[in-house]
Parts: sequence; C-alpha cells; structure tokens
Amino acid sequence: MKVKVLCRNPDDYVRETTRDIQRVPRNYDPTLHPFEVPREYTRAMNATKLERVFAKPFVAALDGHRDAVNCMAKHPTSLSTLLSGSCDGEVKVWNLPTKKCVRTLQAHEGFVRGMCARFCGTSFFTVGDDKTIKQWKMEAPGYGEEEEPLNMILGRTELLASCASDRSIILYDMREATPLQKVIMNMRSNTLCWNPMEAYIFTCANEDYHLYTYDMRQLSMPIVMHSDHVSAVLDVDYSPTGKEFVSASFDKTIRIFPEKKSHSREVYHTKRMQHVICVKWSLDNKYIVTGSDEMNIRLWKANASEKLGLSAEVKALHQLEPKLTTREKQAQNYSQKLKQKFQHHPQIRRITRHRHLPREIYSQRKELHVMKEARRRKELNVRKHSKPGSIPYVSEKKKHVVAVVD
Amino acid sequence: MAKRKAKASRVRSESSRRRSKAAKNSTQVMTYDDGEDELLEGDDDDAVISASEEDEGGSDDERKHRKLLEAISALGGKKRRKLAERSEASVQVSEFAVSAEGAGEKISLSDLLGAMDQTPSAVKSTKKQLQNLESCKDTLELPLSRQETEKIQRKVAFEKTSKDVSQWESIVKQNQRAEQLVFPLNQEPSGPKPVEHVVVGWKPRTPLEMEVFSLLHKNMQPINDPLLTPMEEASLKAMSLEEAKIRRAELQKIRALQSYYEAKAKRERKIKSKKYHKVLKKGKRKELLKEFEEMRNKDPAAALEELKKMELARMEERMSLKHQNSGKWAKSKAIMAKYDDEARKAMQQQLEMNKELTQKLALPPESEEEQEPEETEVVPDFANDAQAAADPANPWMMGKLSAEPAEKDCGGDDKESAVENTQNEEEREPEGDEEEENEEDVLLREFDEKRKSRRPDDDALAPPFQVDKEETEGEKKEEPVCVSSEDEHEGEVVSEFKSLFQKLLANGHESTVNKGTGQDAKESDAEEPALLDEGLSRVRSLEDVDELLGQGLVREHAEDVAEVKEKIPTTAEETKNERTDKRKKKKILDLNDVLTRDAKVISVPLAPTAIGEEEGEGDQRMLVQEAFAGDDVVADFLKDKKKRVEAGKPKVVDLTLPGWGEWGGVGLKPSRYKRRRFRIKVAPPPPRKDRNLPNVIISDARESSVAMHQVSQLPFSFEKPEQFECSIRTPTGHTWNTQRTVQKLTAPKVVTQLGSIIEPITRDSLDKSKAQTRGKKAPDIVLASAGAEGQGPRKGRRKAGENNARNLRNPRRRAIKRTK
Repeated sequence: MKVKVLCRNPDDYVRETTRDIQRVPRNYDPTLHPFEVPREYTRAMNATKLERVFAKPFVAALDGHRDAVNCMAKHPTSLSTLLSGSCDGEVKVWNLPTKKCVRTLQAHEGFVRGMCARFCGTSFFTVGDDKTIKQWKMEAPGYGEEEEPLNMILGRTELLASCASDRSIILYDMREATPLQKVIMNMRSNTLCWNPMEAYIFTCANEDYHLYTYDMRQLSMPIVMHSDHVSAVLDVDYSPTGKEFVSASFDKTIRIFPEKKSHSREVYHTKRMQHVICVKWSLDNKYIVTGSDEMNIRLWKANASEKLGLSAEVKALHQLEPKLTTREKQAQNYSQKLKQKFQHHPQIRRITRHRHLPREIYSQRKELHVMKEARRRKELNVRKHSKPGSIPYVSEKKKHVVAVVD
Repeated sequence: MAKRKAKASRVRSESSRRRSKAAKNSTQVMTYDDGEDELLEGDDDDAVISASEEDEGGSDDERKHRKLLEAISALGGKKRRKLAERSEASVQVSEFAVSAEGAGEKISLSDLLGAMDQTPSAVKSTKKQLQNLESCKDTLELPLSRQETEKIQRKVAFEKTSKDVSQWESIVKQNQRAEQLVFPLNQEPSGPKPVEHVVVGWKPRTPLEMEVFSLLHKNMQPINDPLLTPMEEASLKAMSLEEAKIRRAELQKIRALQSYYEAKAKRERKIKSKKYHKVLKKGKRKELLKEFEEMRNKDPAAALEELKKMELARMEERMSLKHQNSGKWAKSKAIMAKYDDEARKAMQQQLEMNKELTQKLALPPESEEEQEPEETEVVPDFANDAQAAADPANPWMMGKLSAEPAEKDCGGDDKESAVENTQNEEEREPEGDEEEENEEDVLLREFDEKRKSRRPDDDALAPPFQVDKEETEGEKKEEPVCVSSEDEHEGEVVSEFKSLFQKLLANGHESTVNKGTGQDAKESDAEEPALLDEGLSRVRSLEDVDELLGQGLVREHAEDVAEVKEKIPTTAEETKNERTDKRKKKKILDLNDVLTRDAKVISVPLAPTAIGEEEGEGDQRMLVQEAFAGDDVVADFLKDKKKRVEAGKPKVVDLTLPGWGEWGGVGLKPSRYKRRRFRIKVAPPPPRKDRNLPNVIISDARESSVAMHQVSQLPFSFEKPEQFECSIRTPTGHTWNTQRTVQKLTAPKVVTQLGSIIEPITRDSLDKSKAQTRGKKAPDIVLASAGAEGQGPRKGRRKAGENNARNLRNPRRRAIKRTK
C-alpha cells in the first residue's frame, strides 16, 4: 500500500481571481517553439528598455526643516517613522506614508550631531554641539537627561568602531577596557557602517571620494575600494540585506554600491538636491531616505524601476491589496532573469548602464579620470626608467592606508 | 659547631635578600615567574630550618657537657673555684660566637671549606644556590611603560575579538552561497506545511490512527518524504543495468533453445511408428528409474517426496473407476473384445495401467512416464548454467521463461468440463493451451514492444530474435486452425518443457500429476518477484527513476539498433546524394536556366480572371501572380548570387605604371611584357559553400547588423565560450518550460517583502545554526529537548555579563557618527 499526500502551495495553481485567465495546457515540444534564443533576447531587450523607462526612483520630499538636515535615524520597529536632526538643533519626527511631520523638538543649541533610536523604539538619543547627550521619549513631549558628551555613538552590540578626525578608524570592544585596533588612512573617514548580515565587515565613507570596505580582522588593506563619487563621501548606510549600501556625497548625488563591487550600480540626483549630508536605507529594503543641505528630506526607491504596488490613494479608493499579484511578480522575476542572462550582450549592456549625470559631475568625472590616468602613466614611466624591482607594485587599495596601529 | 652557625646565618641573610628580590619580581611580571620564585623560596626556608635545628642540637650538647662537669665537681664535696667555668669573652669566645681558643691563629678559607665538605647535603644545596646567584649578574628589568602594556593588552584583545567574530564566518558563507535568501531570514514559511513537519511531534492516539500507522510501518512506508520507498530502493539496488543485460541475453538464449526443443518434440510426435514409441517409452522408463535411484542416493528427501506423490496418485487411482473398464468406451470395447484383437489389447492396456498405478511398487504412473523421461532427455545444459549463474542474493536473476498469470487455473477449469478424456490429459491439455496462449501473448507483447522501440533488426542479437519471430509467426498461422490434435500435442510438449524448466529452476522435483491449483498458486507466489519481462514492460511506463533501469536498457538497445540502421540508410542516402550531386553538377546550368524560364512564365502575362474562376484552386495563385506581377524574384535572386560570386572572386592586381621605363602619353599603352610582369594574380579562394546549391546564398562575411547584438568577448566568470553559449541557449521562459520550471529558474536571489522589517543578524541565529548542525543527528528528540536547549545558551549569555545580556538578546546595529 502506498499513500502519497499532496502538499502544494495554492499560489502555484489557484487563479487569483475568478476573472483571471484559465491555465492552458501547453505543448512544450521544442520544434513547435523555435528561435528560443532570439525571442528571449528580444524580450530581454524590451525588459531592459522598460526598466530604464520606468526608472523613476524619486518618491517624495519632506520639507519642514529650517536648516540643513544633518543626521537621521530609523525607527527600529516602525517603518513609517523617521527622525531627523538639523543644523539648528531641531529634531523632527516624520510619518513617511503621509509625508507629514509628527513632532518637532528643539533638542540642542547648535548642530544636532548625531542621533539614534533605542533598540526597542521607545526612546531616542541625540548628541548636540552643546556638549550634551539627550534622551527623548518617542511619543510624548520629551524630557532631557543631561549627561557627559561623547564623541561617538554605538555601532554593534559589543563591537564598536569610530571615525576620528585624525584620519583614523578605531575599533572598540565593549567588553574590553582598551580599544582594539586603529587604522590610519590618507584622509579622514566621515562615517562608517557595519554590514548587518556579515558581522565582521564594515564600510567607511572617506573624504578622498572613495568608500572602503574592511574586514575588521584585516585592517591593513581594505577588501574593496568603492570609487565613483567625485567629492567627499559624507554618509553611508547598508541595506538591511547586507548586499548593497548607499552612500551620500558632497557632490550632490547618492550612489548605490553592491557590497563587493568597486563601482556603483545606481546614481540618484535631482536638480534641487544640494550636498547630501545623511542617508538611510529603510528597514524593509525598499526605500532610501536622504537628508541634504537645502533642508529637505527625500525619499527614493532603492530599486529605481521596481514596481511597488499601487499608491496609497488608489489603494484607499479601491480597497485593493497593496501587494503585487503573483503573475505580476512572476513576470518581474522573468524579466529580471532575462536581463541577467543577456547582460553581456552589448546592446543590453549599453541600455542598462546608461545613466544621466549633471554636467558638472560629468565633467568632474572626466577630469578625475584624466588625473588618474596621468598618475598611472607617470608611475609607469618612472618604473620604466628605474632599476627593475626598485619600484614595487602597490595595489590601489593599499595606497590609501597609512598605518595600522595596535 | 660555631662555623656551622655562621654558615647558617649567612644563608639566612642570603635568603632574605633573595626573597625581597622575588617579591619585586612578582609585582613586576607574570604569575608563573612568581611560582618559580616561590619554589626557590621554599628551598631556602628548608635550608634555614635545617640549619637552626643543627644549631639547637649543638647548644644542647654544650649544656649537657657543662651540667655533667658541675655534677662531677659537686661529687667532691669541696667548694672549689670554678676556674674553668669563668669565661672571658675576649679570650675564649669571640663576639662572632666562634671559640677563640686559637685566638692568635688566622682562619684560612680552606679550613672553612673543609668543614663544609664534612657537612651533609643541605649545605651543598645552599652552596649551589650561592654559586647560581654569583653567576647571574644581570640587573632587574624595569616594568613596561603604560603605553607598551596597553599595546600588548590591545593586541591580545584584538586577537580575541577577531577570533570571536570569525564564528560568524560559516553563517555568512552559507548566506552568500544560498540559492535564494528570503528576508526576514528567520521567518516561518507561509502556506501549508508538508505533512512530515506537522507529524514530527505527533503520536497516534485513536485506534483508527493506530491502525493506519501500524499499516504504514508494516509496509515500510516512509512517513517523512524521501524520493523512494524502501521497497523501491531495494528493487533499484537489486538490478543494475549490466545484470539486466546479462539476464536478457540469457533469456533470449533460453527462448531460442526452447523453440528448438519444441520443434524437436513436434518432429518426434509426428513419427507414427508404434514400435519406435514403445522403445522410446521403455528407454524413458529406464531413465526414470535410474534417475529415481540416483535421487534416492543423492537426495533422499526429494526421493521421499516423489514417493509420496506416487502414493497419492495410487490412492487416487484406487478411488476412481478410471482404468477399471467400467466406462462407456470400455463397455463398448468389451463387447467387441471377443472378435477384435485390438479392442482386447486396448482393454488389457487399460487394466495394465490400472495395475501399474495401483501397484504398491514405487513405480511412477504412466502420466509421469510420458513427461519425466522427456524431461530428463530434454533437460538442456543451459538451464543448469542459468541457475548456476544466478546470484542467490539477487532475486532478479532467478526467473522463469515467461509470464504465467495466475488466472491460468480458472481458465483451465473452464475447459476441463468441455474436454472428455483421461484425467492426465484433462489436466494437461488446458494447461498446455493456456501456456501456449500465454507464451503467444508474451511473445506478441514482446514483439509489439520491440516494434515500438525499433524495426526488425540485424544486430548482434539477431539469431535469437529471428527464432522468436519464426516461432510466433508459426504460431500465428496455427492459431485459426487451433483445436487440431497436433496443436494439442505441441501444447503438451511446450508445457512439458516449461514445467520441466520451472522445476529445474525451482529445485522442486514435482510431478505434473499432482500439480493442483494450490501448488500452482504457491508457485506463482514464489516466482512473482522474478517476473522479469512483465517487470521490464511495466517499469517502462513508470516514473523516470525506474526508467533509468528498465527503459535505459531498452533504449540503449534501441539506440544501438537505431544507430546502426541510421548509419546504413544515411550512408545509402549519402551515396545517393553524391550521385545526384554529380548529376546536378552536370546539370547546374540547365537548372538555372529552367528556373529563370519558370520565373518568366510566372511573371509575364496578366492572367485572365475568367480562367481563374474556372479553376477554383488556381484562383489564389492567380491573385498572387497578379499582385507580384512586376517583380521577378527568382531572377533577382540569381542575379544577386552571381554578383556575390563575382565579388568573392579575387581580382587581378595591376601594378603597371604607364610611362615607367618607356615612353608615355596619350594613346600609348604599356608593353605587353610589362603588363604581364606587373599583373599579379591572387590565389583563388576556397570554393564557395553554395556552389552546388542553386537556391541558396551562403555568406561567411560578418554581418554588421548582427554583430551589433553579439558578444565580442568572453564575459568574466566564464572559462570557455561553450559555457557561455550554453548559458544563453537554455531558454527560461514559460513558452519552453513548464510553470514549475520557470518559477524555479527565475527565482530571484534575494527576496524582500514590502513593509516587513529586516533585522540585522543576531547571535541567536548563530546559536540556532549551531544547534541545527548538532540537532541533525538526532531529529527525534527535537520536541523533548527544545526547552533544555533553549535554556543552555541563555545561561551562557548571563555569564557573559549582565550588561551585555540585554543587548545580545536584542542586538541592533546602530549608525556610527563622528562628531564633526
């Protein structure tokens, strides 16, 4: 006797609505469906084109601050809440879906230098230029508890890292009395962010236009050097999946880098967006929030052409599910796969890689390229005209690390 | 004595000095150094103690001596001046507690040392220590500076932390390598769960559940879901492809031999001479007796069995009136017996038979006579071979000739009523028929299968197949004639052969007389797993795992055959093609001409519509003609091709310079010699690929419009162009794949959900992954030990530090900011 029990996910076989198309049995005989590669190629091409057509990452701008937004913090348990601190010491709590400011506090005299929410989301801390750290309740009108000012803010549960203005990055362990190790780089690092999924990896945003991803066990050389910005990088934040990170730069753009790639996969900019001071990746991996010099907070899609479902108004109007239907998702997956499959084909590559850049950034990039090329050529020449072996090859990554101090 | 004292004191001072040094050391450096010092100190103490003891002993002696002197002096009664008792410190005793008897003398070092030589080992050890101290002259190290100590501490801490952090490496690698990551990571998968997950902690309680479970267990039915049941696995294991091949070859051989023996039996049956048969029978009987004797010697148990069967036959014979001359036929014969010799003989024969059967002698009955001798005669060597070759561990290797379904019996019963004959014949006939039919069925089936897989063959396995074919054909022809006596005989022979073979295989020496329905059933039961042919055919229609075995074999054969066959026709075709090519080569020009002419015919006139109406079919053609009246497509094509051919031809390069080395000017041509000299002919290109194909243009030139879409370089991460091509070639869309496949192929690597918070990886997940790797070995105790496991790490965490505990339980990544 043989008993087999069927166990299937209804998503795979049930029609979504009664009006949906009936499943038609197909004959998969390859002779009936010739030219599979050219057909798929065409589909891939179309998908790529559509992706570029629909790449409209900008979602919303939240304005209300009366000075440049200097820092932001995510609410750890509520996706719709965002905290921002500006250069005039004001802290605002935002509700993202409604794009409204929920609460405003005058937290400090002068800059709000840093802020972070408690892990449970009941309160948050702010650090100001007035040499105070204040703890605030998330909801009710806040109260201040004055404490000693500190120069850095928590990183990992027991492992901390701080960037100092003496061009160094210092690692601490909360369980030890002394710091662990210090690495000094050519120029100072502005921010660093730990990879949330890989415990020993962090990325720092440097003044020398690059970002460096380090393995904390190997500080003598970064794993990857990420370069695309044309000005100092001011902030960096990892996506919660740990596969990508976003960086904000003084060159008025933000860029998204894959974790292990040295070049960015995406660049966002707007005419009105000035120097981007802070950036955050939302905890559901779908949005990016930037705070910039011209007092605005902007909300971007993390994946420029991703279809995220209907907008809130439409949803409310028709009382529809906010999610995509399964067939939509499948189509998305298929086109994604096709794009990936044909990514090496010149036409498709060309389309996918094309991005618009403002003129000044473009020219700066070109200039930087020329400079780099010149440096390279000079080194080559020097090497050519000196005793063989006297000028060692130093990898580009290593050049930016001055020393590692125990 | 005094010397000794001095030494002791010196030692004491030394030790105290050392002790102070040791104390310094201990504050300065490390613990094990301290330990060493302590040891040393202990040694010193021992030395000190022993010295003082000696000291005390010495003073005791002195006191006793003095007392003794006093006592002696008291004995005298007089009060004498105690001259001797008065001691002058300056004269007798020096201030260093050394007796100054020889005050003026100098004490040399050798004196002291001499005393030392006499003293026991304790002093020697101190001496050694002294020497050691003298030898080591380096000064004490300064304590490390604060910076340096801190540096060391940092280094140690860093190493510790990096080691600690490396714990994550496995989980990070695992996530990197994962085919698909669904964030949030530790989310329970939605949708219905597979039964096995639900069932893990569940136990049957109600009687029905118990029953179902016991059934499942009895059949070794998998409760959690492996691909194959144990039975299936066993069957998979039981027969490999090679074994199946061997088995198949054997069976073919057997079938061939079987048909051969059948033919032989048929021939013998046809011999009408009674004498011949009598002799044959006698011979058989002898054989049989001999065999029986042999069996008695060799295998007494089997012989006994045989005897029992004979006994049973005798009993039956005695019970029935079969050979008693009491039947209708016998009575009619009895009437004729008076006059007819033959009738009398027949009656006597019957009576004899009765006698024979009822005789208590261990003689086999007639029915067996006919069979067994034949058996012995017919036993083919291969039968034994096959059995010897059969692997006792492998059930597949023990089979019988062909499938004999169990319905045979009922079919036989049906016929029994119809046929009026002796019991033996009754029993035998239907069997024979059935078997014949069965065989035919089997063979037919086989043939069908073979036909399906391939056409009649001419490969290495041909002879047995041919035999089969002949056989079946013969049988097919005979089918309509059917009930002729010969056929019956043939059936008998076949059945005899079959039963014989079965017996041989089954190692059972059973007579067909007693072959009851029960026995049949038993036989069929025993041989069921060995039904190879059926198994093979059924296997083919089952799942692909089984296909690997059954169909793989057939396919292989089929493919082999197909290959051979294809080769032959293809070669034939090739030759044909070649021939036609040759013909075409000659005709190429003609063909072209024909084509152009045809084209002209199409293009020339506007056809009158009336004619088109007349011919219903021609209507459309006319329309097309009308529509494309202007363009002569074929001619254009030919022209185009000609142009291309011309363009492909190498051109003569003319390098002559007019006027160079001779007169130049209008109307003057360079000399012939010069022209010949400076005209360079280029070697002709390889022949065009389309030279023999009038309707095709093949161009090897790279098409720029296509090149735009082509990949020029091998992309990174591919090693060979083939790999890349392969990756492109396999289609992923639903046009070419089933829905499931498409879903699998297009599954994104990272899945996140809108609106669900993805928490950073926590220590819990690390613990969990460790627990999983540990837990995999003993999944049964998941439920029982869940609580205990949960407590374990929590305790550990508490120990790690009360402050950290909270953070660890809900750790969170936070932004790092440097104040600017």
